[in-house]
Amino acid sequence: MNAIYILWLRELKRYSRSKAQVLASLGQPLLYLLVLGFGLSPVFQKAGNGSYLQFVAPGVIGMTVLFSSVFSGIGLLWDRQFGFLKETLVAPVPRTMVMIGKTLGGATVATIQGTLVMIVCLVAGFRPVNWLELPLAFLFMILTAIVFAGLGMAIGSMLKDMQGFQLIMNFLVMPIFFLSGALFPLAGLPAVLSFVTRIDPLTYGIDGLRGALIHAGQFEVLLNLGVLGGVAVLFLALGGYMFSKIQL
Amino acid sequence: MIKVENLVRTFGDFTAVDDVSFEVAKGEIFAFLGPNGAGKTTTIKMLTTLLKPSSGRIALDGLDPTVVPNEVRRRFGIVFQDPSLDDQLTALENMELHGMLYSVPRKLRHERTEMLLKLFDLWERRDSLVKEFSGGMKRRLEIARGFLHTPKILFLDEPTLGLDPQSRNQLWTHVRNLNKEEQVTVFLTTHYMDEAERVAGRIAIIDHGRIVAQGTPDELKAQTATDSLEAAYLALTGSTIRDEKADAAAQMRVIANMWRKR
Repeated sequence: MNAIYILWLRELKRYSRSKAQVLASLGQPLLYLLVLGFGLSPVFQKAGNGSYLQFVAPGVIGMTVLFSSVFSGIGLLWDRQFGFLKETLVAPVPRTMVMIGKTLGGATVATIQGTLVMIVCLVAGFRPVNWLELPLAFLFMILTAIVFAGLGMAIGSMLKDMQGFQLIMNFLVMPIFFLSGALFPLAGLPAVLSFVTRIDPLTYGIDGLRGALIHAGQFEVLLNLGVLGGVAVLFLALGGYMFSKIQL
Repeated sequence: MIKVENLVRTFGDFTAVDDVSFEVAKGEIFAFLGPNGAGKTTTIKMLTTLLKPSSGRIALDGLDPTVVPNEVRRRFGIVFQDPSLDDQLTALENMELHGMLYSVPRKLRHERTEMLLKLFDLWERRDSLVKEFSGGMKRRLEIARGFLHTPKILFLDEPTLGLDPQSRNQLWTHVRNLNKEEQVTVFLTTHYMDEAERVAGRIAIIDHGRIVAQGTPDELKAQTATDSLEAAYLALTGSTIRDEKADAAAQMRVIANMWRKR
C-alpha cells in the first residue's frame, strides 16, 4: 500500500512542478474548443442540433483526459531512459503494485487536467444542464482516465525508444480520439463508422460525460459505466502483465 | 550467499556472459573486475532480477531470481552504475521514496536519511531538486540511498565512478562497517584496482563474458607472477582498450539533453 501511495504521490509532485507542461497540454484542447466550438456552431445550429460549443465541450474534456492519461503511461519511457525505472524494478514490491501506483498517479493527473479544461469550457460559455450531475461527470472522467492510463502503461512497458512513440500517437491515440464521437454525434452514422465508434472505449467515456453534462447521451448511463469499468479492469490487467515482463 | 552456475546471456548472436560460475560466501566482500563491456553489468542485472539468463542457474540466499523475484528483491540492495534517481524530486524525496518502497519504518527512515545525507555532505541541499545537482552530488545521493535499508546482499556496480577521494573514502569505510557489523555480503565492480585490493576478500576477473581468474588478491598476483593487482589484471586481460557500443538509452539521453537546452 505504501508503495502505491508513494508512487502516486511522485506522479502528482512531478506534475505540479512542470507548469510549462501543464499549460502546453491545455493548448490543443483549447484550440478544438474555441475554433471548432465557435467555427462550426452556425452549421451545427442550422442542422437543428443546437450549440456546437455545448456539444463539443464534453468531447474536448474527454480528449484531454485521453491524451494526458495515455502520455502518463508512456512517461515510463522517460523513466526507462533516465534510469529511475530500475529503482522501482528492483524494489521489494510486487511489480503489479508499482504499476498500479503509477497508473493511479497518471489517472489523477489526467482528471485534474480534465477539470482544468472543464473550467476553461465554463469560462468560454459552456453550461451544464444540471449542476447536480457534476459528480457523475467526474466519475466518467476518472474511469476514462484509469482506462487509458492502464493502456498507456501497457504501451509504455513495450516501448524502448522515441521512434515507437510517433507510431502509437498516429495509429492508436489519434484514432481513439477521432472515432470516439468527441467531435460528432453518434446517431445516424454509416454502418462501418458506427461499428468502429462502438468498439472505441473512449466513446463510452465521452457519451457518459455528455449524458451527465448536457443530457445528450446516446447510451444508458449503466451501459457506459459497465463498459468503462470492464475495459479498465482489462487494461489494468494488461498493463500489469506487460509491466511485470519488463527486462532491462 | 550467491551461487552462480554456468550462467549464459546472449543478445542475438552476441554472447555477453559466457558460462560464468562463481560463489560468494555469507559476509564476504567479492569484487568482480573486468574491462568495459566484459559482462559485469549484465551479470549484475541477472542477479538482481532485471534480466533473465539465457541459461544457467543463479541462487541468492538459496533462491532463484527467475522463480521468486519478489523474495529475492527483499534480500538485496543495489547502487547502479548509471543514474537511477528521479531528478524532478528533491534529494529528501528520493530518499523517502526509496525508504517507503523498501518498507523502512518511518522513524528509522528519517534517522538514517539524516545520517546518510550528512555523511555524504548533502544535508544542506536536501530540499533541492536533483536536476540542480552536479554529477558528483547525484552520485553521492545514489550511494546514500543505496545504504538506506540494510540488505543481506549489497551490489555496488562501479560505485566510485565520478566520486571525489573524500566521498570514496566515506563509501568504503561505510561498506566495511556494514560488512563487519551487520554481516552484509558485498558484491562490487570497479575499475580502480587499488580499491578492489583494499576492500575485497576475493576477486573474479571477467573478460569477453568469461571468468579468466578467481581468487584472493595475493593468489591472483602469485598466479600471474606480478607484484600488484593492477599488473595481475593487465596480465590477465591484456592492454588493448575496449569500446562499449552506445546503447539506445545513451542515445536517448543525448537527444533529451538537446531538447532541454532549447
